[in-house]
Amino acid sequence: MTELAASRDGYGKALLSMATDEKVIVLEADLGKSTKSCWFREKYPNRTISCGIGEQNMMLVAAGLASSGYRPFASTFAIFTERAFEQVRNGIARPNLPVHICGSHGGTHTGTDGSSAQSIEDIAIYRSLPNMIVMHPCDDNSTEQLTIQLLKQDSPSYTRTARNKTPRIYEINDSRLEIGKGVILREGGDIAIIACGVMVSKSIEAAELLNSIGYDVAVVDMHTIKPIDTDLLDKLSSRYKALITVEDHNIIGGLGGSVAEYLSQKSNTILRRIGVKDRFGESGQAEEMLKLLNISTNDIVDTVVEVISEVK
Amino acid sequence: MFVMDLSQLKKLDVSDLVVELEEISRKCRIDILKMVYRAQAGHPGGSLSEIDLLVALYCTQLRFRVDDPEWSDRDRFILSKGHASPGLYSILSKVGFIKEKDLLSYRELGGICQGHVDMKFTPGVDFSAGSLGMGLSFGLGCALAARLDNSTRNCYVMLGDGEIQEGSVWEAIMASRHHEVGNLKVILDCNRIQNDDFVNTQMRLFDIPKKWSSFGWEVKEIDGHNMNEILDGLNWLKNNNNLPSVLIANTVKGKGISFMENNPKFHGAAPNEEQYKSALIELGVDN
Repeated sequence: MTELAASRDGYGKALLSMATDEKVIVLEADLGKSTKSCWFREKYPNRTISCGIGEQNMMLVAAGLASSGYRPFASTFAIFTERAFEQVRNGIARPNLPVHICGSHGGTHTGTDGSSAQSIEDIAIYRSLPNMIVMHPCDDNSTEQLTIQLLKQDSPSYTRTARNKTPRIYEINDSRLEIGKGVILREGGDIAIIACGVMVSKSIEAAELLNSIGYDVAVVDMHTIKPIDTDLLDKLSSRYKALITVEDHNIIGGLGGSVAEYLSQKSNTILRRIGVKDRFGESGQAEEMLKLLNISTNDIVDTVVEVISEVK
Repeated sequence: MFVMDLSQLKKLDVSDLVVELEEISRKCRIDILKMVYRAQAGHPGGSLSEIDLLVALYCTQLRFRVDDPEWSDRDRFILSKGHASPGLYSILSKVGFIKEKDLLSYRELGGICQGHVDMKFTPGVDFSAGSLGMGLSFGLGCALAARLDNSTRNCYVMLGDGEIQEGSVWEAIMASRHHEVGNLKVILDCNRIQNDDFVNTQMRLFDIPKKWSSFGWEVKEIDGHNMNEILDGLNWLKNNNNLPSVLIANTVKGKGISFMENNPKFHGAAPNEEQYKSALIELGVDN
């Protein structure tokens, strides 16, 4: 049986793994228990900085630490990082300081808190900032591994993690995982789905269902949305007549937007974007939200069938 | 080119030092005027209000190495009111971080003196400012880093009074007290004017010393143009090492050029040719 895990746990584990590097500093804004930075705080209180409920201050304190040679990791809910957007823009991205931001509870999948907590625009926002790396890994193990890789980056980053448990996709220390490189999780001859975050396991589920009715569908985990893996997009667009992106994010500006921008310059490949269609969510369980917003496994299946019939 | 010998300054007794510093300030005011006039843009008012404080700070307090601007154990100076950049560029040229000819690049494409101070462009600049209300939080990060490094270096932040209308400044004030960063030292350039008009017409700040001390900081008020008071105030700041401290400097916007003094128009406007010439005369420049 597939094991379930939440990507936010991977962030918490990564911080613990990196603790041997004394330059690693963790910043919290009263949500350490949720983002899982609390595990680091428990063991390394002297290297954990509480910023209270004050995200704007937190981002710039992190910038000051980074300018002094430290490697700060600051986390809160994805939605609350956005309150400090201009601080991130002017204080972190512009001077290119290696501050690593983790926004947990991203997307509508976060569920019953309702639309105030369901960030559907974070990836678009951070992707538009020069110097920023933007990631949305799909499970705990890949989140852990990719977060640890951030230590070698000299640029700032934003990583979205999810609150709820989803099927674990990767083993620990999977050699395929590298910032900026998508991973083909499943080969297929008819069409490829490019997904990120919680929608990766949904896409695999859809591909398996499609297989049972005669469709051969590839699934790619595009955990890094910026820089997008253009080599892989080149390969996919030359191999397939159509590609489908799947994300728990507004279809404007996220993974689908990023892939569309790239393909529009050099490819005739048809692209269909599955995502939140420019609307806010509401309170509901994760699965209920995906259904409400037409981004559930069945929606992926239906779209694949439709697109394949169009391109035949 | 005029570059000061700081070691000679430090040998002077106070009365001679004050005379020297006032003369350096006068020269900096001329630089500020020339930069803004040449660019026909910029912020003379806040540069002129802050300059006496900056001159005293750089000449008597800050620990730095002009030949190694990135020296990790330097004191940090963060000009949070980053639009008042001509003042900072001027003193940076006087102590030798940048050359006098660099001042000519103010606001010019390819120049190292950006419109608002930028750490990526100018040696000696520790923070990329320009958006108000950000410097204190950044300074808190620098102060915490110094503590983690077991360093005695200090972090100085200059804020403007209009700037503290930004709510996030008060997040930083609260957080600095919470973390008890005695190495964080704020200078408030209280010139009572902001972009549109007098501070009191835009958003009254009421009793600033009382507000700040109620957040648990050490607070002292001075006349920000009286060099004796400035030197005493900066010594007070330096010696307060248990809690964060703020030196509230009452200043005059546009100080030193009569038609700019207390005139909201010169928050962000350049003088015309006639005004420029009369200002030069006021500053003792013989045309």
